[in-house]
Amino acid sequence: MVKLRINGKSHTVDASPDMPLLWVLRDLLGMNGTKFGCGVALCGACTVHLDGIPRRACVMPVGAAVGHAITTIEAIGATPAGKKVQQAWLDLEVVQCGYCQSGQIMAAAALLAKIPAPTDTDIDQAMSGNICRCGTYPRIREAIKRAAQTHSTAERGG
Amino acid sequence: MERVSRRELLFAGAAAGGGLLLGWRVDARPRIIAAAAQATPSAFAPNAFIRIGRDGRVTMVIGQVEMGQGTYTSLPMLLAEELEVGLEQVQVEHAPPDDKLYANPLVGFQMTGASTSVKELYEPMRRAGAAARSMLVAAAAQTWNVDAASCRAHRGVVTHTPTSRALVYGALVDRAAKLPVPTQVSLKDPKDFTLIGTPAKRLDTPAKVKGTAQYSIDVRLPGMKIATVAASPVLGGKLASVDESKAKAIKGVHQIVRLDDAVAVVADNMWAAKQGLAALAIRWDDGPNATVSTADIVQGLAAAAETPGVVARKEGDAATAIASAAGTKEAVYQVPFLAHATMEPMNCTVHVRPDRCEVWTGSQVLTRAQATAAKVTGLPLEKVVVHNHLLGGGFGRRLEFDYVTQAVRIAKQVEGPVKVIWTREEDIQHDVYRPYYYDRIAAGLDARGQPIAWTHRIVGPSIIARWAPPAFQNGIDPDALDGAVQLLYDIPAIQVEYVRHEEPVVSTGFWRGVGVTHNTFVIESFIDELAAAAKEDPVAYRRALLGKSPRARTVLDVAAKAAGWGQPLPAGRGRGVSLLYSGWGSYLAQVAEVAVSKSGEVRVHRIVCAVDCGTVVNPDTVKAQIEGGIVFGVSGALYGEVTLKNGRVEQSNFNNVRVLRINETPAIEVHLVRNGEAPGGIGEPGTAVTAPAVANAVFAATGKRIRTLPLERQLRSA
Repeated sequence: MVKLRINGKSHTVDASPDMPLLWVLRDLLGMNGTKFGCGVALCGACTVHLDGIPRRACVMPVGAAVGHAITTIEAIGATPAGKKVQQAWLDLEVVQCGYCQSGQIMAAAALLAKIPAPTDTDIDQAMSGNICRCGTYPRIREAIKRAAQTHSTAERGG
Repeated sequence: MERVSRRELLFAGAAAGGGLLLGWRVDARPRIIAAAAQATPSAFAPNAFIRIGRDGRVTMVIGQVEMGQGTYTSLPMLLAEELEVGLEQVQVEHAPPDDKLYANPLVGFQMTGASTSVKELYEPMRRAGAAARSMLVAAAAQTWNVDAASCRAHRGVVTHTPTSRALVYGALVDRAAKLPVPTQVSLKDPKDFTLIGTPAKRLDTPAKVKGTAQYSIDVRLPGMKIATVAASPVLGGKLASVDESKAKAIKGVHQIVRLDDAVAVVADNMWAAKQGLAALAIRWDDGPNATVSTADIVQGLAAAAETPGVVARKEGDAATAIASAAGTKEAVYQVPFLAHATMEPMNCTVHVRPDRCEVWTGSQVLTRAQATAAKVTGLPLEKVVVHNHLLGGGFGRRLEFDYVTQAVRIAKQVEGPVKVIWTREEDIQHDVYRPYYYDRIAAGLDARGQPIAWTHRIVGPSIIARWAPPAFQNGIDPDALDGAVQLLYDIPAIQVEYVRHEEPVVSTGFWRGVGVTHNTFVIESFIDELAAAAKEDPVAYRRALLGKSPRARTVLDVAAKAAGWGQPLPAGRGRGVSLLYSGWGSYLAQVAEVAVSKSGEVRVHRIVCAVDCGTVVNPDTVKAQIEGGIVFGVSGALYGEVTLKNGRVEQSNFNNVRVLRINETPAIEVHLVRNGEAPGGIGEPGTAVTAPAVANAVFAATGKRIRTLPLERQLRSA
């Protein structure tokens, strides 16, 4: 049995410690927002946060997540950065098929939480692990900048 | 007044549970399949529905599927515009499979693809909306005993203008349902549009941003097992033997399913299934294709290219004109097999029971998914229920149903529902690839280097002959030739030929941009060669040949101006231009700006694209489709390639199927040329126009003319 803390809630799952977190989330817990894309950390569709750091759930043994705070797309809207990112994604109509966007949003939220006003280079570095076949990259870049503006305004204001 | 044409029929009645149900049928006799015209069904069967409830909510049942192209927003916009409701009052439901009801007018069966949804449904959707509106207005007029002409509909409310009395649609639906359907409806003048042509928020975005959107891979059913599969790595190969002892020992593995050409591991979860698959000792009988490599296929195509083809377009005597021309130019162009790599890997969930079969999947061809399930199970069609989902990418891959067939074959051996998920490696190695095409192209030139004759011979397999056999007529595959037969350049003698050459060692199918992607690369690279040979500016050279195509000239001018064509660039950079026109009916011109490193690495810095797709429904979606199409096209042009060795696909995952990432993505500018022409397709042309612009820019930067894609491999080996 493995004890996990996901989105602020405790879960106990019957999984061997080497089972990737992705399949624990999807198949054991029914949390389907985190997506399977490649299985080998090449596409970023499965990105979640571990203590706020973006990680590829498809290659993360669930045992390594024990004792850490796991955040998924289902709860990222409760964080200030995640909320801004999701709003910017809506404002700029980023998504097309949408399948990779959970991972893109998780990567972007982690970036903004760490660097409130990222440069293009920061965006390249933080986001180049996330593939989108629909080609929404130009809007992802703009949406991150938009979220950063509202983000830093809110921080200054509050 | 707009007459409801004979191509359409409308009917209306009371909806179950109250409200107005309006259905309509667009004559589904497929236009590209003229010779196979089906008889019009005798019983009236509408092929789209709207339901307006007593609460005023409008529900559309749409046969088209949403795969990111925005059709679940554009089609409701067409309806809402004429129905006079806000877009937020409309909700969309996936339609079940039914060719009779939901046939795409282009091909005659239920299909989402070929950039057709808005193009085919622009007027029918509007007329349906207008008919419903006029019935609601009539119902209100009847209620107040006034002349309908004195009433106005706006945002779901009918108002009697002289007295300001008002009734919401929800209060009128039951009365409207009893009224006759109008045979004539008035459509709005485009200048009065309030929705069409304005950027609308997509209806599917919020769920996708929250992570709650349901793709077929997200299906969860009571008692469901999860399976993953390995099919023969060689097309035509068979399963010889499999030792399952180690796999069966893995916790969570239930069952090993053997098919004649594949083996699947059925487990409690995907992790157990993957481990189980890795633990199997499988021996394949590779069959007749065991030693095939890409070079063998190219050799076959090259030999076929020496033979004359079926002539698809002929003006003048091009061969004679070339033979006697002051100058000539000829070239061979080649484009490789390409994988789709949709972000959502192929998957399908199936529950086979003795008397019925249920399928949960994401498909661009729902009725084909249903038919294959019926065939595999031996059940009648009406005992097969298919639940469609949002598609995690289509790009043509989900116009095939091989993954559905395979999942049903597996499920037949499994107790209860089973979700079959392909690993990324399986997805890449068992794709239905964009064909390898081999083209011979030549031009005769006058003393000033202007083309006086043009011959283009296209050699490749016929996707249409397999996928829509009735449309393959007289040896002509309309898709393989699309974009080539419409060549807009004013050249006195033109001959376009097609040589069908099948190499049945690998499955081939549609890939975003289809035949146009390949033909536009060839044509627009070659016209660039002619401009270079004539020492003329590539834009000016093209422009001079577009005297009969004002729309093409306009997009060319817009793109050139916006891109700063002719302005100096830093050393090592180059600009390239391309132009596109095809059966989609849209005109595009593109300018790409690239830098090429000494080692042959290409960086696309900027792309400017001018688009005339006629009437625009949702300009933001049009821009998004062009942006995304360009990114898809740059990936293909720079890196895209699937190769075979010993009958096996050599690529497997995103490490060797390289696709563009955000740090490699150019700045993209899309300029819409707005006019009132009929709407053209928009999902694919952005991809098709891209490779030649990039290749021509590489030529401008390096002087190297690359005639075989992908560009980077050629530059490195050059």
